[in-house]
Amino acid sequence: MLNYTIRRLFMAVPTLIFISIVIFLLLELAPGDPMAQVPLTVPAEVKQKMREALGLGEPAPIRYWKWLTQIFWVEPLHLFDSLFGTNFSDGYQRAISWQTRSPIFDIIAQRIPQTLWVVGVAYVVAIVIAIPVGVYSAYRQYSLFDNVGTFVTMIGFSVPPFFSGVLVIVIFSVWLGWFPSIYDTTLRVTDWDSFLAQLRQMVMPVMVLALQITSQISRFMRASMLDNLNLDYVRTARAKGVSEPTVILVHVLRNSMIPVATVIALGIPSIFGGAIITEQVFKVNGIGQLLIGSIEANDLPMVQTLTFIFAVLIVLFNLIADIIYGILDPRIRYE
Amino acid sequence: MPDGAQPILDVRDLKTVFLTRGGEVHAVNDVSFDLRPGELLGVVGESGSGKSVTMMSLIGLLPMPPAEIRSGRAIFDGLDLLQADDDTLRAIRGARIGFVFQDPMTSLNPVFTVGFQLMEPLRKHMGMSKAQARARAAELLDLVGIPDAAARLKDYPHQFSGGMRQRVMIAIALACDPQVLIADEPTTALDVTIQAQIIELVKDLRRKLGMAIVWITHDLGVIAGIADRVMVMYGGQVVEQAPVRELFSDPQHPYTRALLQTVPSLRGKRAERLRVIEGQPPVLGAPPAACPFRPRCGHALERCGRENPRRLAVRPGHEVACFWDPASGGERHA
Repeated sequence: MLNYTIRRLFMAVPTLIFISIVIFLLLELAPGDPMAQVPLTVPAEVKQKMREALGLGEPAPIRYWKWLTQIFWVEPLHLFDSLFGTNFSDGYQRAISWQTRSPIFDIIAQRIPQTLWVVGVAYVVAIVIAIPVGVYSAYRQYSLFDNVGTFVTMIGFSVPPFFSGVLVIVIFSVWLGWFPSIYDTTLRVTDWDSFLAQLRQMVMPVMVLALQITSQISRFMRASMLDNLNLDYVRTARAKGVSEPTVILVHVLRNSMIPVATVIALGIPSIFGGAIITEQVFKVNGIGQLLIGSIEANDLPMVQTLTFIFAVLIVLFNLIADIIYGILDPRIRYE
Repeated sequence: MPDGAQPILDVRDLKTVFLTRGGEVHAVNDVSFDLRPGELLGVVGESGSGKSVTMMSLIGLLPMPPAEIRSGRAIFDGLDLLQADDDTLRAIRGARIGFVFQDPMTSLNPVFTVGFQLMEPLRKHMGMSKAQARARAAELLDLVGIPDAAARLKDYPHQFSGGMRQRVMIAIALACDPQVLIADEPTTALDVTIQAQIIELVKDLRRKLGMAIVWITHDLGVIAGIADRVMVMYGGQVVEQAPVRELFSDPQHPYTRALLQTVPSLRGKRAERLRVIEGQPPVLGAPPAACPFRPRCGHALERCGRENPRRLAVRPGHEVACFWDPASGGERHA
């Protein structure tokens, strides 16, 4: 297993290099001008100088190489410096956002907590709800619970967050006035009151996201349970006189979790990707909003870097999903 | 074998129905049989004749719904299994009645070790500690002829061959010293040499442990070698029941006779072709009003279309449900 993991990590390197080239070239080919937002009163030759100052005058391969070294060499050095107080990164130019002129990774570090709080909590809530719901729906297939569950998950599946988000704002903020409609990033949790305020402002975005994620995972869980419930080994377990909860929660669940765990692991990168729409609706200034803002402002280094980070996470969690698969299913041997 | 002893399992007039979208399917119709301690009862019939459903009905292994037990009683050691609640049945299953199923490749849980699966009934029914259960599990694997038993407890089912897995299944079924072992086509999914090994193993275990066995199969050859008594099922009912020698030497029911002719013989003249029984076994949408075998029967009489024959004893211990008499070639007169 360890061998397999190390081999997979090495194999990920060419994959990621290829992805980085694709991302860079795609954005290179995309139309747009980072100076488009600069007022028209600024003369064209000044704008040209500004473009050159951003490094745009250089040929694409050189810019690609610079971006790559900044991300893989300068930023890790800088991180090391800030952790241990060393000066290895002195004299190196960090990756800079064109829009804000501040280092990309500093901005990401500012935005990540909001995304993790909202999207991460939604994901955990969704898993905690979805697994029992899926298990029980399958165990009592076509019961009232299952039918209601199917109906709700269909809604959760098909209603997009830009609709459900606005709907819950109308219901809970406008009509009932229970929760604030805008997520306040400046809120510092220092005591019980501010903690409560933080919870209150998280409820709606978490609700909207969790509905969608719960729908997906509970459907998967239900289908996987149903696949297993009629298999021979379940009859064997019953023939042994094992109690019904043990049959379902030990024998069947363990088998059913194999595909579901993979789905859950593969969904985790999307947490970091942020729920772009939901963050927009509730004004959570997380990673998703950062990406949208950067695309609109033609902030190429920021878009490239964010996209690349998502790619890294997807590759990483693919590997993690495979490893979980191997742990849950003894028939899979990665040797 | 002990004859005339009090039966350990006494089933009377069992009726099991499946409620399907297309209506009711009468899978088991008035099946009655008994099983004496230490006896091996063979149950023979085609697929869909109700052999497995009969046995599963007794012990609550049929999913209900769609299955429904309409009537009957099944006295096991003084207790009517058909009236017993789930907890009582659960305490009997795996402890006093053991099961071995057809396909050893799928009957074991793939994600748990063989040791875990073998220790489960021991801990549940015998209240053993983990260490005790592990020691007993190793003994059991050894008993069913798995070499290096203690070490193999840590292995997963996919690390065993088909025959070895069936041995594990037998070990699980015998874990708590059951009085009755129900083996549902235990050798059907195995190749012939492994089949012979498993049959030898069961014969041997029966000598050592003395439990009664119900052996369900569609293979008369297997039955001939191991059974004391044979029950032939067709269309959800018992058409003939007799001691094994008598069934082979003097089959009464046309279906039994036809079945015997489908078995290839190594001795004697080589038949041109193996005989087949033309047609399909029935799917009964209603309790049969006529003999269910009539459409495929070469000896059907006019009466067979009017009423379903009851079982009649032609000799003590030999019962048949048929109006046709092979001795006279005409209608049987009781």
